[in-house]
Amino acid sequence: MPNRLELSGITKQFPGVLANDQVSFAVKPGEIHALLGENGAGKSTLVKMIYGIMAPDAGEIRWNGVPVVVPNPKAARKLGIGMVFQHFSLFEALTVLENIALGMDAKIPSRELEQRIRAVMQTYGLLLDPHRTVATLSVGERQRIEIVRALLLDPQLLIMDEPTSVLTPQEVDQLFTVLRKLAAEGCSILYISHKLHEIKALCDTATILRGGKLVDTCDPKQETSRSMAEKMIGTGLKDIIKPEGRTFGEPKLVVNRLRTKKTGHFDVPVDGVTFTVHAGEILGIAGVAGNGQNALLDALSGEIRGEERDAITIDGLGIGLMDTTERRRHGLCAVPEERNGHAAVGDFSLADNSVLTARDRLGMVVLGLINSGAARTYTGKVIADFAVKALGPASTAGSLSGGNLQKYIMGREILQKPSVLVVSQPTWGVDAGAAAAIHQALVDLAAAGSAIVVISQDLDELRALSDTLAVINMGQLSAARPVSAFSVDEIGLLMGGVHGTEAAA
Amino acid sequence: MTLELAIAILVTVVGASTPILIAAMGELIVEKSGVLNLGVEGMMLVGAIAAFVVLFTTGNHYLAILVAAAAGVATSLIFGFLTLSLSANQTATGLALTIFGTGFSALAGQGYSARPVTLLGPLFPSELAAHPIWRVLFGYSALVYFSFALVFSVWWFLKKTRAGLILRAVGENDLSAHSIGYSVVGVRYMAVMFGGAMAGIAGACFPLLLTPQWAERMTAGRGWIAVALVVFASWKPFRLLAGAYLFGLVMTMELYAKASGGPLSVIPAELWAAMPYLATIAVLVLISLRRDASTNAPACLGKPFLPSN
Repeated sequence: MPNRLELSGITKQFPGVLANDQVSFAVKPGEIHALLGENGAGKSTLVKMIYGIMAPDAGEIRWNGVPVVVPNPKAARKLGIGMVFQHFSLFEALTVLENIALGMDAKIPSRELEQRIRAVMQTYGLLLDPHRTVATLSVGERQRIEIVRALLLDPQLLIMDEPTSVLTPQEVDQLFTVLRKLAAEGCSILYISHKLHEIKALCDTATILRGGKLVDTCDPKQETSRSMAEKMIGTGLKDIIKPEGRTFGEPKLVVNRLRTKKTGHFDVPVDGVTFTVHAGEILGIAGVAGNGQNALLDALSGEIRGEERDAITIDGLGIGLMDTTERRRHGLCAVPEERNGHAAVGDFSLADNSVLTARDRLGMVVLGLINSGAARTYTGKVIADFAVKALGPASTAGSLSGGNLQKYIMGREILQKPSVLVVSQPTWGVDAGAAAAIHQALVDLAAAGSAIVVISQDLDELRALSDTLAVINMGQLSAARPVSAFSVDEIGLLMGGVHGTEAAA
Repeated sequence: MTLELAIAILVTVVGASTPILIAAMGELIVEKSGVLNLGVEGMMLVGAIAAFVVLFTTGNHYLAILVAAAAGVATSLIFGFLTLSLSANQTATGLALTIFGTGFSALAGQGYSARPVTLLGPLFPSELAAHPIWRVLFGYSALVYFSFALVFSVWWFLKKTRAGLILRAVGENDLSAHSIGYSVVGVRYMAVMFGGAMAGIAGACFPLLLTPQWAERMTAGRGWIAVALVVFASWKPFRLLAGAYLFGLVMTMELYAKASGGPLSVIPAELWAAMPYLATIAVLVLISLRRDASTNAPACLGKPFLPSN
């Protein structure tokens, strides 16, 4: 039987970057094939060429043994290639059914389409009500829409771009069941991820890219996560250096029955949130997106003004009624999840963005006038210390890539040496090398005596970084416990809202 | 109040509401596609003068309506070109369009003031509408029946057709619609032109239905009420119908208060005249107090479409 997909000598040149350099590999029918690499290794460019979004400069694509040219995604779908993107292109105000109908090339009467959708859902156990509005669905459910949409076309190759980055462990298991079933029926799967243990569990073959070149094709079951990571990075991997047997100081941040009001239709408020973070401690807060993380971060940062002074205290001082500026003055800095537009102003220079959050703590404003020299110097230091790829303090925040902007924002807050730092999704979309640097900076800040709260959906990150861990679900926070006391299954169940295990703890 | 008076009031309310309803239905489609066209008042005035001139020279009411629609489309294309092809700011362009329409219609209407035309008569033969009760059903001109059909058609189009789904998708998330392969600018041009045609016909209602002559600024701010009504109705056609009739009722009460001299005339005439506009403000304040109202707004409303590549 011919290979389902065969690439030979695929090359793509962008201005200044060789995104893909003579890449050749093959995917067999029914094979689950991993495509591994850091950000910028050329994975996305490669699959965009397979899916017809871009055309290769050189090289050949063979489909079931026949050379083909894929001019656009429609042609790819016609061949039998489906793709589930990392960022879903869904219409929030429309229903599941309407969203799927919009993405179909053929015009199918909505009743017939609904029947076909239900049949696909039944076959693969993808449960979803076709008449629900997308805005009310969780990220995992939204991903199911994209998968159903791809499966309706009976694909012979399904491309999945970082599908598990926002799922709970249980949702990941469900997804893997679906993918294995598909593969057993002969559908090939090209699986892009940087989560190595998932690739070991799921994939038959792994192709590793680095700097646009293919560095290795291996069997992930024969490799260790570490060996694959080192192939991705090209050098040895640095571990987070966490001093053994650390002890914590006095309670620093004490949150007592913190609650927020429901403000919008789809907003999840928090209620009765209680925890303590000591000096030197990193508290991780796990949870599936949309369970009150945003409300919690806003309530801690001061964006949502509290009603009780003592709901939040720093070193015994009640700051619950203060606004963000006052809280920053008292040592509480926060980094929201959304980088461009919330944590930073895209059209402002990096120096101006530094003034926005560091002005009081670092004396960048004197008598209402901005000390731009100080702002520039500080921003330069952030850029240097955190290896931010930017032309200088005068570049606009919007011109930086997501990962670089995140490094800048984390650096801007960490170098202010806050006594309490609250961050949400510190390394989302940041490549492994930069993520390790951000993690190390957080650990070092804690070692210097700050209390840190990390809100994240990435369990690997939380388990590596945190000293104590709590889980947020529907606005309720579980009791915090040492991270070693949790098993992955238990965290997953808590994220899914099963609190039964709490009593046993 | 006698039955006949009640029916007379009802018929007047329907007449007064019709132009607002037609213009607002057009604007609803425009806004559902993600475009905010504040030039409704201007397009209505261009439609009104176009209808008047055609009616005055030919005496043909239906030709006047068609030309008014065409004039509305032509005016809306100015807006469409600036905001969709050149990505100009929609709010500013819409305001400019209203100023333009006001000035242009005044210029084109010079020499036409105080020249009488005939109103558009009822669609059905007068025998059908002889009894007052029947008059409620059969006593209106074609434009009124058109407005009823319009409400239902717009609802059906948005809810049941694929084209309506694409229109909503474009207004909801233009970048996603673009990436799936729909022409965002094309869809929005169609919507803006439809809005222009409806505003033109709404303008034609003034010389054809309400006052059989040309007067500068004869639409008297009804275009603005139409824009406000779309928000008031949360972009829902049947709510819009109810809203338009509510405003029609308020405006009619003003006339009856002046004429009847009864208890209603205790309120000064100026206050009655201001009532529709006060009601507009009150409604908008109430709407913005209601927190979930904005969730039904098309997410891309008023934002220019700027694809990254």
